[in-house]
Amino acid sequence: MSTETMASDSLELKPGLAGFFDDWSSDQRAFKGVPWGKAMMWIFLVSDTFIFGCFLASYMTVRMSTLEPWPSPSEVFALSFGGAPIPLILIAIMTFVLITSSGTMALAVNYGYRKNKWVTFWLLFVTALLGATFVGMQVFEWSKLIFEEGVRPWGNPMGAAQFGSVFFMVTGFHGFHVSIGVIFLFIFSYKVAKGHLDDQTPGWFTKRGGNYEEIEILGLYWHFVDLVWVFIFAFFYLW
Amino acid sequence: MDHTADGHAPVIREEEAIQHPLGIYFKIWILLFVLSAMSYAVDYYQVQGYMRWFLILFFMVLKAGLIIAVFMHMVWERLAMVYFILVPPALLLTLVAIGSLEADWTFFQRGVYFLKELIIAAPASPHH
Repeated sequence: MSTETMASDSLELKPGLAGFFDDWSSDQRAFKGVPWGKAMMWIFLVSDTFIFGCFLASYMTVRMSTLEPWPSPSEVFALSFGGAPIPLILIAIMTFVLITSSGTMALAVNYGYRKNKWVTFWLLFVTALLGATFVGMQVFEWSKLIFEEGVRPWGNPMGAAQFGSVFFMVTGFHGFHVSIGVIFLFIFSYKVAKGHLDDQTPGWFTKRGGNYEEIEILGLYWHFVDLVWVFIFAFFYLW
Repeated sequence: MDHTADGHAPVIREEEAIQHPLGIYFKIWILLFVLSAMSYAVDYYQVQGYMRWFLILFFMVLKAGLIIAVFMHMVWERLAMVYFILVPPALLLTLVAIGSLEADWTFFQRGVYFLKELIIAAPASPHH
């Protein structure tokens, strides 16, 4: 082995498992070729996974341990448009709205890296509007449950009292995440439209120069919100 | 899984990201729609029992996998990042296991407690 290959070995990153051990045992940084903001967002998302994981695990615990029958989400969240009530229809529409917004977000990230300012702006803006629609439907869902069905965190007329506490805690926390996401989507569509990411204008808070990588980082957060909904939809609404 | 281009400096990474074809996003998007429709169909057609649970989990895992892999760009990341993200949440399964053990115990205890109340209350009425 010549010194030449050894020198190039130390510079070039290895693929696969060898690369994994190399990266983690290397000096200074483990996440090679990744902007630090992205690594930080992933660290945050992993911690957030544990928060939602704890919610869902405790939901499982209370649902398994109650002697009372669990209210059927299929009936609780049914809506009637003039005819017979369609089961779970509101939640199904909310799911489709959120998935649509995930698609527009993924495209926004892609067009951002192409530095296509206006397409990125419109995609971000539509994503924000879809997110706001989701929150609006959630407000409708909550008010219907609180004022018409009489669901409370400590009880409800349909069955196990834990239904209410789990519902408000889990969907409330998720809705809070969506709302924060919507705010940031509006902020970033403004920044994109103003050309802050093209001109690398420093942000008002971090004072870092703008960059289209920020759209990818925002995208990670938004897709995570959609991801959490996949689990809530499966475990709370369908189970 | 690993792009060789991925391993270089951040500057190249950005250009590589530009080269993700748009087609894959549209395909995944349509797939997510179809999978969501199918998981809703599980409820709409009132599939029950083990089949219901299997289908719910099956569609859930597929949807989550597609979102993480493609929309969150996991397939283009280095393994150092992938393992850091995917391995720790697996610990949640431990929590689920402990939680279900405890829930079963609580359920049993509640059953016993409420049954005892019934037995104590019941014989009193016929004698008097």
